[in-house]
Amino acid sequence: MMRERRRTLTVSFDGVEVDAYVGESVLQCARRHQVDIPSLCFLEGLSVYGGCRVCVIEVAEDLRLRPACATTVAADMEVSTDSPRLKAYRKAIVELLFAEGNHVCAVCVSNGNCELQDVAVHVGMDHVRYDQRSPMRAIDASHPKYLFDPNRCILCTRCVRVCDEIEGAHVWDVGSRGQQAVLTTDLNQPWGTSTSCTWCGKCVAVCPTGSLSYQGTAVGEMHHDPKMIVRLAAARRGEWIDPEEYR
Amino acid sequence: MATPIDLHEVAEREREARFRTPWRTKVCNSTACASAGSGAVLGAMRNLVDEEMALDVTVVPTGCMGLCSAGPMVRVLRRGGGEHAYGRVDSEVAVQVLRSHVEHDQPVADHELDDEMPFFARQERIVLANGGIIDPDRIESYVAHGGYSALEKALTTMTPAEVLEQIRLSRIRGRGGAGYPAANKWSLLAAADGDTKYVVANGDEGDPGAYMDRTIMEDDPHRLLEGLSLAAYATGAGHAYIYVRAEYPRAVERLDRAIRVARRNRLLGRRILDTDFDLTIEVRIGAGAFVCGEETALMASIEGRRGTPRLRPPYPTEHGLWGHPTMINNVETLANIPAIVGRGGEWFASIGTPDSTGTKVFALAGDIVNTGLIEVPMGTTLRDIVEEIGGGIAGGRPFKAAQTGGPSGGCIPAEYLDTPVDYDSLRELGSIMGSGGLIVMDDRQRMPDVAKFFMEFSMDESCGKCTPCRAGTVQMHHLLDKITSGTGSYRDVRDLENLCAVVRDTSLCGLGQSAPNPVLSTLHYFKSEYDELIGVDDA
Repeated sequence: MMRERRRTLTVSFDGVEVDAYVGESVLQCARRHQVDIPSLCFLEGLSVYGGCRVCVIEVAEDLRLRPACATTVAADMEVSTDSPRLKAYRKAIVELLFAEGNHVCAVCVSNGNCELQDVAVHVGMDHVRYDQRSPMRAIDASHPKYLFDPNRCILCTRCVRVCDEIEGAHVWDVGSRGQQAVLTTDLNQPWGTSTSCTWCGKCVAVCPTGSLSYQGTAVGEMHHDPKMIVRLAAARRGEWIDPEEYR
Repeated sequence: MATPIDLHEVAEREREARFRTPWRTKVCNSTACASAGSGAVLGAMRNLVDEEMALDVTVVPTGCMGLCSAGPMVRVLRRGGGEHAYGRVDSEVAVQVLRSHVEHDQPVADHELDDEMPFFARQERIVLANGGIIDPDRIESYVAHGGYSALEKALTTMTPAEVLEQIRLSRIRGRGGAGYPAANKWSLLAAADGDTKYVVANGDEGDPGAYMDRTIMEDDPHRLLEGLSLAAYATGAGHAYIYVRAEYPRAVERLDRAIRVARRNRLLGRRILDTDFDLTIEVRIGAGAFVCGEETALMASIEGRRGTPRLRPPYPTEHGLWGHPTMINNVETLANIPAIVGRGGEWFASIGTPDSTGTKVFALAGDIVNTGLIEVPMGTTLRDIVEEIGGGIAGGRPFKAAQTGGPSGGCIPAEYLDTPVDYDSLRELGSIMGSGGLIVMDDRQRMPDVAKFFMEFSMDESCGKCTPCRAGTVQMHHLLDKITSGTGSYRDVRDLENLCAVVRDTSLCGLGQSAPNPVLSTLHYFKSEYDELIGVDDA
């Protein structure tokens, strides 16, 4: 196995020393050692985006927070993954995401199979203290096979990256800015009229919420498969991956 | 003017031509005065001169004279000495002034401004040295006032390392806001590997009420070109960009013209001034996003992509434009460079305070008598700026607060008026130097409203990439809206305080990290106003 030959160094997570591969990110290292750092925009195999800010960590005495996905491990790095401050911040960020869109689990296709929901449970979010913004966002159901509901989108841009980096079609991108920021297909035309979309479905596979789904799925029926991209990307790099780990 | 010798000749010729007529008048034709009608003044003067006084008077349009609240401004100069400044001039007054001077050698008392007033006398102009003096569209005018002599000196007598050493000695800090030592950035780029390196002038000035960089680009474009050329020479860059926001069409026009003229005169392009130094400069225009002042977003915009910041590291000096080492400097920083190289880093370091050297240009705005552009040594107290140079609060009302640093800065209350204005003192007070916007407020302003104004700005300008800034500024604005409309509660203020910490500590780029500053500083210094609005009795 290739991995065994990689150079290692030692880092610590909340006081527990573990081995880390040179060049890997704090988040990757933590995942290998079952240290749970929640994240949303990160997906192994895609470029690092660093936008969701859920995976923030503290390093030693440095007061500045860093995203674990974009922080490379260094020798004897002391990482804190769940200090009271981090817990409070993560919870606030998840609440901000819930208040920003229209995330109503009870009527969502991804209910029960949703990464946003999982993260909310993980950070212990029992209510949203901010006022719901309840934006009016039009659903794009023009594609014969898939459906895009921007109300459930958290702008993690996994779909943008997978379409660009793995499929090579670059159908998706982000338009407008701030609270108006929204995913667009082609030059902001209905998805169904897109001439660049290959219908490959990778964007649907990686979506962490119920924003991208198959047409005709009912509440709780939508199962995403982001690991599919992890396997695909690893295979393209010519890397061996543990089938158990990436099932 | 292809060789250094010609540069001196041009200067000499220009100086000789200066008093071909016994009188010269200068009309401020910068954006503020132009909007107050300086175009008509210029036209009226030219008509009169053409018809009656062609042998007596030369009329010159110039850049900003500084006192924008008294615009349009006019100066009348007499051969052999004597200069009079006039404010609030219209076409009729202009004709009257000209006649009075030329025919009777008498100034017109009504509109005359006192050149000894603190607004003019207390300033120390390095960056704005040519403001109100040269004609921005004529390179000869810039050369006659010492322009391009620093570049000539550097190219013919100094090595790049020696230029860099002068920057180090000057201890100049970046004028864009954060105050990072410029020499550190320069050395990183100079030491970076690679044949292709870029230098970028950041002219995406977006703070409300600030127009320092616009004035430099519009009224002294060659100074920026010379500063950029020196930066490129010292760091080994062969190509430079000037990133100008789209809202500054005049700056773009003047820079484009300046670049064309400089190239024609072998001050840009290949073998500059007959040395081995090559440099091309291009202007790139923004698309209306405040966040593009952030250096990684700026680079994305120059490359033609969506202007969003990316994670640092890697820093631009390692991985910049199209992957090549790149250095981004603020326009005002670069405009200081010709003076530093020309007169030496030690001279520059002797101005200001030990940790904040040189001068700073401020755009004075708000409830103050003299609004306009000023340049003062670092360390000048806020009181001097407001009461002396600014002439105090309009209408004699009490001073309440000064806002520095725009949407990333904070409000400084009256008890800190004697604070010296430098990078570190302002930071201690919870504000920042920022790019130089200085908004003065009298006792009628409610501070939560001020915080809400800036939060609305940050909310509208958030790029939407990271959650805390995109969604957090919206919630903060919403809470401030509730509080200022009188429907807020103590819980809203508590949530607001918590959100400030979240957004400050977890946002991706400087815009988000500093967006809570106006709220934090007003909560700190003016808590009682929030309490009053939510109905909490402090007593």
